[in-house]
Amino acid sequence: MNKILEKQFFSPDVAKMVLEAPEISKSRKAGHFVIIRIGEKGERIPLTIADADPDKGTITLVVQRVGVTSARFIALEPGDQVRDVVGPLGNPTHIEKAGTVLCAGGGVGVAPLLPIVEALKKAGNKVVTVLAARNKDLIILEEQMRTFSDEVIIMTDDGSYGEKGLVTHGMEKVINREKVDQAVVIGPAIMMKFAALTTKKYHIPTIASLNTIMVDGTGMCGACRVSVGGRTRFVCVDGPEFDAHQVDFDEMLKRLGAYKDQEREAYERYLKTVRS
Amino acid sequence: MKFTTEYLKEERSQEWREALRKSMKAKERTSMERIRMPEVDPNVRNKNNQEVNYGLKEEQALLESHRCLDCVDPTCIPGCPVNINIPKFIKKIEAKDFPGAATVLKETNALPAVCGRVCPQEVQCEVSCFYTRKLGKPAVAIGNLERFAADYERDSGRISVPVVEKSNGIKVGVIGSGPSGLAFAGDMIKLGYDVTVFEALHEIGGVLKYGIPEFRLPNTVVDVEIENLKKMGVNFRTNFIVGKTETMDDLKKVGFEAFFVGSGAGLPRFMNIPGENAIGIYSSNEYLTRINLMHAANPDYDTPIFSGKNVAVIGGGNTAMDSVRTAKRLGAERAMIIYRRSRTEMPARVEEVKHAEEEGIEFMNLHNPVAYFTDEKGRVTTVRVQKMELGEPDASGRRRPIPIEGSEFDIEVDTVVVAIGVSPNPLIPHMMPDLKVTDWGTIVVDKETMQTSIPWLFAGGDIVRGGATVILAMGDGRKAAEGMHRYLKEKVKKKS
Repeated sequence: MNKILEKQFFSPDVAKMVLEAPEISKSRKAGHFVIIRIGEKGERIPLTIADADPDKGTITLVVQRVGVTSARFIALEPGDQVRDVVGPLGNPTHIEKAGTVLCAGGGVGVAPLLPIVEALKKAGNKVVTVLAARNKDLIILEEQMRTFSDEVIIMTDDGSYGEKGLVTHGMEKVINREKVDQAVVIGPAIMMKFAALTTKKYHIPTIASLNTIMVDGTGMCGACRVSVGGRTRFVCVDGPEFDAHQVDFDEMLKRLGAYKDQEREAYERYLKTVRS
Repeated sequence: MKFTTEYLKEERSQEWREALRKSMKAKERTSMERIRMPEVDPNVRNKNNQEVNYGLKEEQALLESHRCLDCVDPTCIPGCPVNINIPKFIKKIEAKDFPGAATVLKETNALPAVCGRVCPQEVQCEVSCFYTRKLGKPAVAIGNLERFAADYERDSGRISVPVVEKSNGIKVGVIGSGPSGLAFAGDMIKLGYDVTVFEALHEIGGVLKYGIPEFRLPNTVVDVEIENLKKMGVNFRTNFIVGKTETMDDLKKVGFEAFFVGSGAGLPRFMNIPGENAIGIYSSNEYLTRINLMHAANPDYDTPIFSGKNVAVIGGGNTAMDSVRTAKRLGAERAMIIYRRSRTEMPARVEEVKHAEEEGIEFMNLHNPVAYFTDEKGRVTTVRVQKMELGEPDASGRRRPIPIEGSEFDIEVDTVVVAIGVSPNPLIPHMMPDLKVTDWGTIVVDKETMQTSIPWLFAGGDIVRGGATVILAMGDGRKAAEGMHRYLKEKVKKKS
């Protein structure tokens, strides 16, 4: 059981949750994730750790309401308990001084990007961060990103904040302007696909952090498998970060949608129970 | 903790045993027929999750117990990986002391109700039985009797907790709560150690929970045995991955002196054929975990699963049988095994294959998948198989399957379960560069003590064997307990 200590909505569908997890808060590094199960009948879902405070013994997760489990999670209040939290899982991000690093975050992908931006900056890199979302309300953690980035570029699909356009527009602007040595992209699979295509065009080594369907998170089930460079890899134990230019994002997109119908039905059932 | 011949002789010459032996002539005993295990009708059970075997009734167990001759040289005992004193527990049943029989089982076996259900007795104790070896008759039903005694005790609600030695205050850690870890924990707690079992998942039991289905091993049976270990004083930590949540060094700092690794054979193997990452293709680990651990087939639970109308399970082992029989129970119209060798080479237990056949499972032996095809959404629709024939025996001693060129054809499927084996879980070996492992990634141990190349680290079960049975894992756990006990005793001696 892990107690929720704090909750803050970034937008109606995106919330930051701070959980008690003393051991994980001490051992986690940038890039790590946890698996949580809300209640006895819940499913296990992976969530990347956005932040941790080893002194307070807490970890921070940022969650977007997309289905039953995420909806149940952000409906919990401080003082409530999450049934299971296990981690830190996956391999930590390999941080080195590369020179200029372009970090691109889409939607809630900005949350797991934050600790990486912080670590890259601390390793002596120049960090240029592009934050992208559909509209102004969905741009999150801008303040914190500014703390660790040399520059932050905001892109919105509808132009309600920052510049109008996709994440790739912001990225290309930077690439055309200065020499970029490395890129990190985290966000929805479709965003990472196009971000990776963009950097590939300019031969910029790029890592992507993948968030696939998982069950155990320790290599046991293979639900998270993706093709990377033509080889099947497990996101949980081989990742979650891979060479973005080698990832088969089309396959990943399909696999992410495996249970779409069941998820939609379950969510509709859930909404009925909440309303009644 | 192996019994000496003298000990067994002494036990056998106890008055009650002698009296029982005299109460019935050997000839009368051997003329009795082996009692058949009553089973739920195949067409009923393949639609629900009810346990297939009912278990012997009291009078059936009594009759069966009379068949055991209480041999001078009980060859059945060395056939048992955990060395149960088999004649003694059977004679306790004959003496109608059923709880006493359970106590005998628990002297050497932390999980008798589990073993009575899932052990391949036909290749262990029962193959070594006097009846099989000398009389050419069906062996005494040792496994069924074990299950009877363990179930009787559990159902009576008066479970005896084995005697535990006074605590010696020495902390030992167990990594993984599957059969080897539980067996190890059971023995170490009896010896007075302070035992903590660390489990990565949210439930205790490892493969007994996520792998073996309810119809073969009900979770309640496993829980009772775990409860028993708790009563003996074993601590359990779920959601804890040693090496990740905390490292072994962290744990050593808080006083852990030694560890046993029973982390199992984690990684599922795939065939690496085209289309294998299609939606609807599961590893058996994933399929069974969703259903057994996450209860995906129960609409009250959130975890989704494809029930599947046409389900193909690839492989011929026990896990393949568990998967295909599960698919049938979830309503598959066609549930089939695709196996590249013939029935003779199947590694699955004979009983499991028989049960599967009775339940309407199709067997496509001597067939092997070569590719999968999908619809536009990426969901599997077709498996292309190739016919095989058998050639010369290979390294495993089984005849090698050889593909027949040009024999490919397609089968319509919507769900596929790949059950072709597992590789050892790399988590522990990865974080310990000094640990000696084989080319296959299994941990190298001393066969007698189960000690690894790191003196304070012992290992057993599938992480050492690569993929074996519950009972072999338990045997490893017991050996490791003995090995670690000796190691720690010497260490304590040196210190003082």
